Amino acid sequence: MAEYAVELRDVTKVFGDVVAVDHVSMAVRPGEFFAMLGPSGCGKTTSLRMIAGFERPTSGEIYIDGKPMGNTPPFRRNVNTVFQSYALFPHLTVEQNISFGLEMKGVPRDEIKRRVREVLELVRLPQMANRYPRQMSGGQQQRVALARALVNRPKVLLLDEPLGALDAKLRKEMQIELKNLQREVGITFIFVTHDQEEALTMSDRIAVFSKGRVLQIGTPLEIYERPANRFVADFIGETNFLDGVVKEVNGEMAVIEVNGRRFVGRAGEGVRPGVRASLSVRPEKLQLLDQPSGSPNCYEVTVSSIAYVGSDTRVIVRLGDQMIDVWEQNSISTLDPNYFFGPGEQAWLSFPPENGLILVD
Amino acid sequence: MMQALREHPSLRVAALMAPGAFWLLLFFLAPLTIMGVISFLSRDAQGFPTPPYTLENYLTIVRDIRFAPSLSFEGGLHVRLFEGLYLDLLWRSIWLSLLSTLLTLLLAFPVALFMAQLPRRYRNLALFAVMIPFWTNFLVRTYALQFMLRANGPINTLLRALGLPPLELIFTPTAVMIGLVYGNLPFMILPLYTSLEKFDWTMMEAAHDLGADTWRAFTRVMLPLISPGLVAGSILTFVPAIGSYITVDLMGGGRTNLIGYSIAQQFSASVNWPFGSALALVMMVIVTIAAVLYFRSARGTQRVLI
Ligand SMILES: Nc1ncnc2c1ncn2[C@@H]1O[C@H](COP(=O)(O)OP(=O)(O)OP(=O)(O)O)[C@@H](O)[C@H]1O
Ligand SMILES: [Mg+2]
Repeated sequence: MAEYAVELRDVTKVFGDVVAVDHVSMAVRPGEFFAMLGPSGCGKTTSLRMIAGFERPTSGEIYIDGKPMGNTPPFRRNVNTVFQSYALFPHLTVEQNISFGLEMKGVPRDEIKRRVREVLELVRLPQMANRYPRQMSGGQQQRVALARALVNRPKVLLLDEPLGALDAKLRKEMQIELKNLQREVGITFIFVTHDQEEALTMSDRIAVFSKGRVLQIGTPLEIYERPANRFVADFIGETNFLDGVVKEVNGEMAVIEVNGRRFVGRAGEGVRPGVRASLSVRPEKLQLLDQPSGSPNCYEVTVSSIAYVGSDTRVIVRLGDQMIDVWEQNSISTLDPNYFFGPGEQAWLSFPPENGLILVD
Repeated sequence: MMQALREHPSLRVAALMAPGAFWLLLFFLAPLTIMGVISFLSRDAQGFPTPPYTLENYLTIVRDIRFAPSLSFEGGLHVRLFEGLYLDLLWRSIWLSLLSTLLTLLLAFPVALFMAQLPRRYRNLALFAVMIPFWTNFLVRTYALQFMLRANGPINTLLRALGLPPLELIFTPTAVMIGLVYGNLPFMILPLYTSLEKFDWTMMEAAHDLGADTWRAFTRVMLPLISPGLVAGSILTFVPAIGSYITVDLMGGGRTNLIGYSIAQQFSASVNWPFGSALALVMMVIVTIAAVLYFRSARGTQRVLI
């Protein structure tokens, strides 16, 4: 088995004067659940379509199971796609839809029957074999699309926002189901989404796209805790940015001056004394105290507003003219209305240096 | 009245259908009935219908059919059990019309496909272009086509200028075929275009993704999904072809006979209205049965699509 199930080497795709995919390199390991995450129009679908063979790279090469794909047409690639719109054949029943790929490969009749039955059990639709796609709900159609691809036992399954058309609750259920299914069948999944929470909960690794480029590839933990740059920190989860200038760098840590106040945090890539940078600190990693702490990152702030959202209390505080989000987890019962600071009150904002990340733009 | 319409959906449907039904009755059923009556009448000295009632007209057609098994190898294998003037005529008309339908389909498909893939704003322009010929009377257009194919017409002039031998086109079965295909092309293009325009091209990608090469994706996915347009276009082409008169007359010059032409002859040159009516009704029944069978065979896919 090749080292990588799919590899993109310096792949670029240009449509007219739009650079949809811009020198992308990434390698997906066999059996991995790999997400391509990014905002709309960043080139995720185009990348996926190039792997499937529907589009040819303008330059660069795509390898599937170690073999360069060149001009190999889609029907000779050992990958299958779950389309965002499902693209089920409306004139065929569920069973006929799922059989299609096996028939094209010339699999014997009775083996087709058996495999279709198995895969329908796998996606938990055993009673639906004789229905037509239009007689099924969106979630059921989604499973049929999944079954139709999985039954071919591809090396790699490509999924383009497969849960995009489902409502929030079903979507959550399917996320878990899909992840379990992937573990069960052991097939490499490449999963496109613009929902960062979905990517974080489901993936082994994530590639973050922006404007046709890959900004960072890493595990959910790496992407969240150690974003490579300001865009990734901003796109994944919530964060506060305090813009300033780097003053000192001491190994892993650096000091940044923001409007005359100094903060200490972990140094991101390219952080050198004198460069403009941003301190990124996530709202849940900040603390509000009624007296100064020992941390070097401790300043007096004014509470601006408070919102109780059940699991958290979300406070907005003002530091100079900068607004900062602070989320306090409601770990103990806080029915006492005086437990928190009220609007207009003074408080001390504090965080340990490890919780701050200094990033160049 | 309005109350009743609100409460009974079937009444409402009937009310909506009434105007259409009225026109059908007036312009389709009434003439058909008159024709039916005439087909059972005798003919007077001038050839016009007159009592007494008789089955003679139909008997002529039936008596014309003889049991005559034969086998010939002229231009391929021909096995026949029956022969007869009108039977042969009908048979040949069906084949010629089917052939013209097939040729029309082969020509119309690429055009419709091209139109359906045009950017949206050019599509209406293309539709418009397909319909432009309808602005000119069909008879005039057929004369124009006749002129094109004449011994000294533009086509042969061009061939001669290129140093090629001229073609004998006009007043041949080929000319009739050209006339039929030309006249029916828009009736094939329009329904095909309608189906192709609605066709979801991700279906083809899905088929390729599942291992179907271009041909199999076309036959297994595209053809069934555009079958409504295919069926409609074929019927809209086949039925006028088998009944065609002007084209057969002007392009075939009376040397190629089709059943529609033959029927028309009964009303003009031969002046035998009763027999012409009987022939027309027999043809109508046969064509209707054929069309129904054709619809039936395509309905399996239709049911899913509607
Ligand atoms: N066939 C095409 N012709 C021209 N431009 C295209 C084509 N396909 C994609 N593009 C452009 O390429 C860029 C990337 O598109 P792509 O569909 O890959 O984005 P995406 O990341 O999948 O976005 P979304 O989340 O909205 O699906 C966009 O600017 C898009 O307009
Ligand atoms: Mg997309």
